[in-house]
Amino acid sequence: MNILVAIKHIPSLTDELPINKAGTNLDFGDVDFVLNEFDEHAIEQAVLVKEASGGTVTVLGIDLIEELDNVLHTALAKGADNTAKITGLEPGLDSHTHARLLADQIRGMAPDLVFTGVQAADDMDGQIGPMLAAYLDIPYVGVVNGVQVNGGKASIQKEYSGGVMAEFEVDLPAVIGIQAAAQPPRYAPISKIRQMAQTVKITEYEVDDPDTDGGTFLRKMSKPVSAGHAEMLEGDAKAVGKKIVEILEEKGLL
Amino acid sequence: MSNDVFVITEHLNGKIADISYEMVGKAKELASTLGGQAVAIVLGSGMVAQAATFSSDKTIYVDDPGLAQFNPEANGKVIENLITAHTPRLTLFGSTSMGMDVAAWLSAKTGQSCAAYVKALSVEGGDIVATCQVYAGKAIAEAVPGGDQAIALALAGSFPADAGRGSTSAQQIASPVPLDGLRTRFIKLIQPQAGDVDITAQDKLVAVGRGIGSKDDIEIADALAEALGAVVAASRPITDAGWLPKTRQVGKSGVAVKPKLYLALGISGAPEHIEGMKDAETIIAVNTDPNAPIFDYAHYGTTCDLFDVVEAILDNL
Ligand SMILES: Cc1cc2nc3c(=O)[nH]c(=O)nc-3n(C[C@H](O)[C@H](O)[C@H](O)COP(=O)(O)OP(=O)(O)OC[C@H]3O[C@@H](n4cnc5c(N)ncnc54)[C@H](O)[C@@H]3O)c2cc1C
Ligand SMILES: Nc1ncnc2c1ncn2[C@@H]1O[C@H](COP(=O)(O)O)[C@@H](O)[C@H]1O
Repeated sequence: MNILVAIKHIPSLTDELPINKAGTNLDFGDVDFVLNEFDEHAIEQAVLVKEASGGTVTVLGIDLIEELDNVLHTALAKGADNTAKITGLEPGLDSHTHARLLADQIRGMAPDLVFTGVQAADDMDGQIGPMLAAYLDIPYVGVVNGVQVNGGKASIQKEYSGGVMAEFEVDLPAVIGIQAAAQPPRYAPISKIRQMAQTVKITEYEVDDPDTDGGTFLRKMSKPVSAGHAEMLEGDAKAVGKKIVEILEEKGLL
Repeated sequence: MSNDVFVITEHLNGKIADISYEMVGKAKELASTLGGQAVAIVLGSGMVAQAATFSSDKTIYVDDPGLAQFNPEANGKVIENLITAHTPRLTLFGSTSMGMDVAAWLSAKTGQSCAAYVKALSVEGGDIVATCQVYAGKAIAEAVPGGDQAIALALAGSFPADAGRGSTSAQQIASPVPLDGLRTRFIKLIQPQAGDVDITAQDKLVAVGRGIGSKDDIEIADALAEALGAVVAASRPITDAGWLPKTRQVGKSGVAVKPKLYLALGISGAPEHIEGMKDAETIIAVNTDPNAPIFDYAHYGTTCDLFDVVEAILDNL
């Protein structure tokens, strides 16, 4: 079983997000990048499948800010076998461009299973997985929280709303968009990540001049101006706690 | 190319999802500006009555046993065929588990651009302009999908559903593409385990998010809930981590709740969470990040640390 995981580095949402001067996107030079949360789950699910059914896990990412190595070394420390990065691109390219570049690399690797995160919480979420499937002409099922491989097939559980799920069977190869791995992502000790950094070479594919057809043009980006913002309660926690109790009393909620 | 706006509707267990009506209502408005028709697309089996519940200008109902349950491959193939044959200006999908599987796939197959997390849509000149939530609701983007035809994924709750309800009789057709030999097979639906409390039936919820930090600290939410006569609910990361059962999850893949009180502790307010609680009567949010999107939906808010606030509330009860 040859398993490929596509991962994405995205701006950290815990920080203030600065908008660029043109007001069309983030100022990417001024944000920290972290691994997309759902990709942590995709890596975990890939390692779980490998542990259950054998095979190798290759983790592939587009290195947008030349800081992906640590993420890839961490994936190795968690049980991935190979890593690769696509370089030579800048942040802010559209989904079609990313998907085509990834598909071109993945095709040559001929994986049995491709895992993506269900979405990356940056812009135009949740498109790369289905697009990869379209370009590779293989099935896609997303919003998945369980995968079991059996020979040339996989049994997968997909989430709907209200806790309802659907079970599908797909013929491999297929692309699967992971919402949550069957168990929380494992922890990798720093010593092991360091060891990977010292011993493993990341395969690099450099691209120049990507085909950027078919994208969506972002003409403006801004901070949300909400119709109604919460009334912010003044004072320290003690005062706030007291005020909340008063509000609850007033509204007959106690 | 036509100036029509197609809406890919969805259903589960024979019930059309509200988002389908929301999109049809919006499609009518857009189609009349564009000079085209709002066309509802229903894929199913034995759904002719439900297919006739839209206010669309036209409804196409594709009836096939292979479409009884959503199947990304079967639905994708049929929709690709219809879109290629009818060339609508815009095709709307719900930003849902079903819509997300097909929209971007169709976009790559047909070379159309695709806007995601759309909460508003308008026509400017001949252009479609989509207002999209990006960065988990921390920024808003105005996107202009390039090309003659485009696809958009609409967020649930963005448009009124009533405008999409009506009684247009559906034009029933057989599947335009063969649905045998698919590589994706629907096996079964799995219903949630019953037995836990039903959070949709509660007047008061104390909801905890990742800001709670650790499993052990769920205790403080339990203590507060007990003192308030409330039940503890959670955002997704908490149930994913197994700190609370799945049945407590509020949001897109959890449940939608409308309690009298929703006290959100350490929840950022991602669109998927907001979808499940924005209609609560009184929302109080405790979050140390003053820019957290939850404050745009809450009635009262504080940036004090949740542990201190919980302690202070308990002291005052
Ligand atoms: C298809 C799909 C379906 C989804 N369905 C759901 C769903 O049903 N429900 C759901 O909730 N999510 C859902 N999500 C996930 C969603 O996108 C977010 O990841 C999730 O809602 C974030 O949860 P959170 O707010 O608890 O965590 P975070 O976004 O990490 O926010 C934690 C917050 O706590 C604050 N904080 C930290 N420490 C403290 C402190 N000491 N005191 C006060 N505040 C503090 C931080 O400022 C931060 O804002 C779904 C995602 C996808 C892709
Ligand atoms: N640039 C990228 N490099 C590698 N994988 C990506 C990239 N962009 C997206 N992905 C994968 O596709 C998923 C969905 O991303 P998105 O469509 O951007 O929301 C992510 O969780 C990743 O698994």
